[in-house]
Amino acid sequence: MTRYFTEDHEWIEVEGGLGTVGITDYAQGQLGDITFVDLPETGATVAKGDSVSVVDSVKAASDIYTPASGTITEVNEALADEPELVNTDAEVGGWLYRITLSDASELGSLMDEAAYKTYVESL
Amino acid sequence: MNAVNAGGWKPTMGETGESAVPQTASGDYGLMLEEALIFELGAKDKCGVDFEAVDRAPASGLSKFLRKSAPDLPGLTEPEAVRHYTRLSRQNYAIDLGPFPLGSCTMKHNPRLNETVARLPGFADVHPMQPQTTVQGALEVIEQLADWLIALTGMASVAMSPKAGAHGELCGLLCIRAALDARGETRDVVLVPESAHGTNPATAAFAGFKVQSIPATPDGRVDVAALKEKLGPNVAGVMITNPNTCGLFESELKTIADAVHAAGGYVYCDGANFNAIVGKVRPGDLGVDAMHINLHKTFSTPHGGGGPGAGPVVLSAALAPFAPLPFVTRGADGGIHLVEEENRGEGHSQAFGRMVAFHGQMGMFTRALTYILSHGADGLRQVAEDAVLNANYVLRTCEDVLPAPFAKSGPCMHEALFSEAGLAEGFSTLDIAKGLIDEGFHPMTVYFPLVVKGAMLIEPTETESKAGLDRFIASLRSLAERAKAGDQSLHSAPHFAPRRRLDETQAARKPVLVWQG
Repeated sequence: MTRYFTEDHEWIEVEGGLGTVGITDYAQGQLGDITFVDLPETGATVAKGDSVSVVDSVKAASDIYTPASGTITEVNEALADEPELVNTDAEVGGWLYRITLSDASELGSLMDEAAYKTYVESL
Repeated sequence: MNAVNAGGWKPTMGETGESAVPQTASGDYGLMLEEALIFELGAKDKCGVDFEAVDRAPASGLSKFLRKSAPDLPGLTEPEAVRHYTRLSRQNYAIDLGPFPLGSCTMKHNPRLNETVARLPGFADVHPMQPQTTVQGALEVIEQLADWLIALTGMASVAMSPKAGAHGELCGLLCIRAALDARGETRDVVLVPESAHGTNPATAAFAGFKVQSIPATPDGRVDVAALKEKLGPNVAGVMITNPNTCGLFESELKTIADAVHAAGGYVYCDGANFNAIVGKVRPGDLGVDAMHINLHKTFSTPHGGGGPGAGPVVLSAALAPFAPLPFVTRGADGGIHLVEEENRGEGHSQAFGRMVAFHGQMGMFTRALTYILSHGADGLRQVAEDAVLNANYVLRTCEDVLPAPFAKSGPCMHEALFSEAGLAEGFSTLDIAKGLIDEGFHPMTVYFPLVVKGAMLIEPTETESKAGLDRFIASLRSLAERAKAGDQSLHSAPHFAPRRRLDETQAARKPVLVWQG
């Protein structure tokens, strides 16, 4: 099980060709209180970098760009009633969607946890 | 019925709500009025109208649609209903009460002359379906306004009918699509810089294009190199806001337009901030193919609940043939008539369709033309100069207490942009905005544009006097200094408004949108 990060502050945790995607704790802190999460449709085929979801906070509406290409298999239904999960538990219970990866080699261009930590400190 | 202001709190009671003055029996204090919801005021045994009693339903072919139960309406007498809405109106804030410094919104004075002219019977009492020979004056208003908009922008044509800024954006993109169709090309990407208005990517997506974002440079303008990299055979066009939402003039727009045209695309310019450059710069000279003009911003028609918007779209020669119907045109006899579907052969055979049922916002056309004619060409130029001068006055008198991230990018245009950097730990833009309410001002635009952390975007407009700006600036400086000094009382502002700080998070997450009796 490996976790990767993007410069747009998404994380993806990959296990056996299935990825789970969310936003980082740093991102939720910047956004402020999350009020609504517009989740993608299951079954949708998306390409790396596509805007697949929108996270609304009291400050802004932010696009979520998928860190990897593939097919959306599941979304976090709990966020419909409790969008605040993204604030309280961004990197575990506040996950957004799961995706079957169509090209695992794409992950090579993402950051690992240490590289992301360095990246955030540089901001 | 819930008691209104049950705690009897009023501003003079201070933080804790401990009464510094005696409680009143009514819950009102002096002429500061509390007001219940209309359903809480109403009673079932009251009615504002004296109906004649009926003992049975009258015979009617509509019998199966007859109500089986009484409608659930609040029962109010006529004076109660009138007072309810008048009391509520006293709790509102409006441009007629004070400055409305919302950046990106251009909330400026609506001259009363506009209203006088718009109410003339020949303009106010016409119907869009009456014979065109009987409304020649109204049609001439459309013609004259169109001529002014073309002259001021240096473009080939104008589609007058779009009814708001975003509607105009859609009109422009549909023109671009029609032009691409006519060339037999399918291009599905629209490039939108970070410094563009938020409606731009929404419009492009709504029109069926894929949106790709272009980053801003550190000085707050479009990253031209990044934009050029994205150009290619799939790019339909670019949507640029100029002046942009960082309050800056996009000085490379001509270079950008040339590159976009060379790659076969079109340039859409969001003209919402045209008031900063009207009479100074013609977008047509910068290579723009389509631009909407918010009559409710640049040309002073009512904005923000005061009236409908109007967003005519000026077009380059390349896009003009595809503009939507209707158009006004002058016949050989000097009379004006409309070109619509049945006579589109009169020069508009490639029109992509139409945006609205009739001819656009006639009442706004009348007001905008009044504004233009009462200012004249030199007056319009002064509008731009004063708008820019006022914004720079705010920027330069506050930049020592609030960081201005683009203060070194040259003068600002219509609006001044500050960030929350440098406030004490735990203090944010929201605290300054709420504090402005206590100071008696409508807050500025907050947290937009997104490229600046904790953005405060202030557009004073040309209609504020220096004395008025000085009052606002004194308040803003005072709030900034309190936030930098860590004045905890700012966290609970507003203290003196009819309501204290509301839970905006809960209001967004769990909004209560209906009365729950």
